[in-house]
Amino acid sequence: MQEPKHFGAVDPERVRRTLRPQPMHRKVIVRVVSKALIPYILLFGLYVQFHGDFGPGGGFQAGAIFAAGLVLYGLIYGIRPLRQAVPGRVLERLFAGGVLLYGGTGLASFLRGGNFLDYGVLLYDPIHARHEGLLLIELGVGLTVACVLTSIFYAFASWSPED
Amino acid sequence: MIAELTLFAFLLVIAVTIARMRNLFTAAMLSAIFSLLSAGLFTLMDAVDVAFTEAAVGAGISTVLILGALARIPRHELKQRPQVMPFLVVVLTGAALLYGIVDMPSYGDPEAPIHQHLAPEYIAGTANDFEIPNIVTAILGSYRGYDTFGEVVVVFTAAVGVLLLLADRRPRRRAPKSEL
Repeated sequence: MQEPKHFGAVDPERVRRTLRPQPMHRKVIVRVVSKALIPYILLFGLYVQFHGDFGPGGGFQAGAIFAAGLVLYGLIYGIRPLRQAVPGRVLERLFAGGVLLYGGTGLASFLRGGNFLDYGVLLYDPIHARHEGLLLIELGVGLTVACVLTSIFYAFASWSPED
Repeated sequence: MIAELTLFAFLLVIAVTIARMRNLFTAAMLSAIFSLLSAGLFTLMDAVDVAFTEAAVGAGISTVLILGALARIPRHELKQRPQVMPFLVVVLTGAALLYGIVDMPSYGDPEAPIHQHLAPEYIAGTANDFEIPNIVTAILGSYRGYDTFGEVVVVFTAAVGVLLLLADRRPRRRAPKSEL
């Protein structure tokens, strides 16, 4: 009868296998920790986006955080699943849409008789209108920054020097 | 004061270490730590929005992008002879910056010109016109709305440039039409 290995015995083959360089998704600590963290990174990005009027942060920071979550996912699980979740074409339309949302908010206040980007005229109550205008343009900034950073990551990830 | 000086000392040590580092992965991690420590420094100086940006951009997205770039290049920087000219340029620039600091108003001085010009108007205006507590958001989004719009357009233009240079734009092959 084979003697059972005592607890803590070191199997050299196993050590060698663990130390071998592996792709990111094979590294169990990185995979498990990032899987637990990525939803909260994205959620925190949204919090920073929509809470920028009451706390530190705003569209730019929110976009960077959101993009960091997406890019982290892409680095660990591979670019293909990320592209399936967030296709590059959608990103391109969204970052243009963010600029248009900002400019459009400015134009809307222009058309309602105010100055360009003077949100006070958008609604009946000027204070309320300025607040809503701020949230709208911050949303435009956030969309643009998040989508631009992720698209740049796509461009780098799919670039190969052979072409 | 002691906390600030400690952070500055750490920043100095990390900067020198990064410059001497040959392992690019370690250098990337150290630069993330550099950003995080600067964010802590900005927080101590009560500039939470700047700290937040530094943490999100410096320690967050740029580290992740650098890691993505590192996956495609060798891990180690090539060894090269120490060069005199770049070192001289860096030292001269640093000396010029130190010389320039002498003219700046002392830290937190309420009489400094930057606190006298438009800032009181913005601080009073945010409470009356917006009724939101974050003055920085009100300044960036509304009082300086044109500037922020310009920045967003700059980000957009940068992305268009990068995508034009790098993205795979070959037309997709369509499924051949069946010939009748």
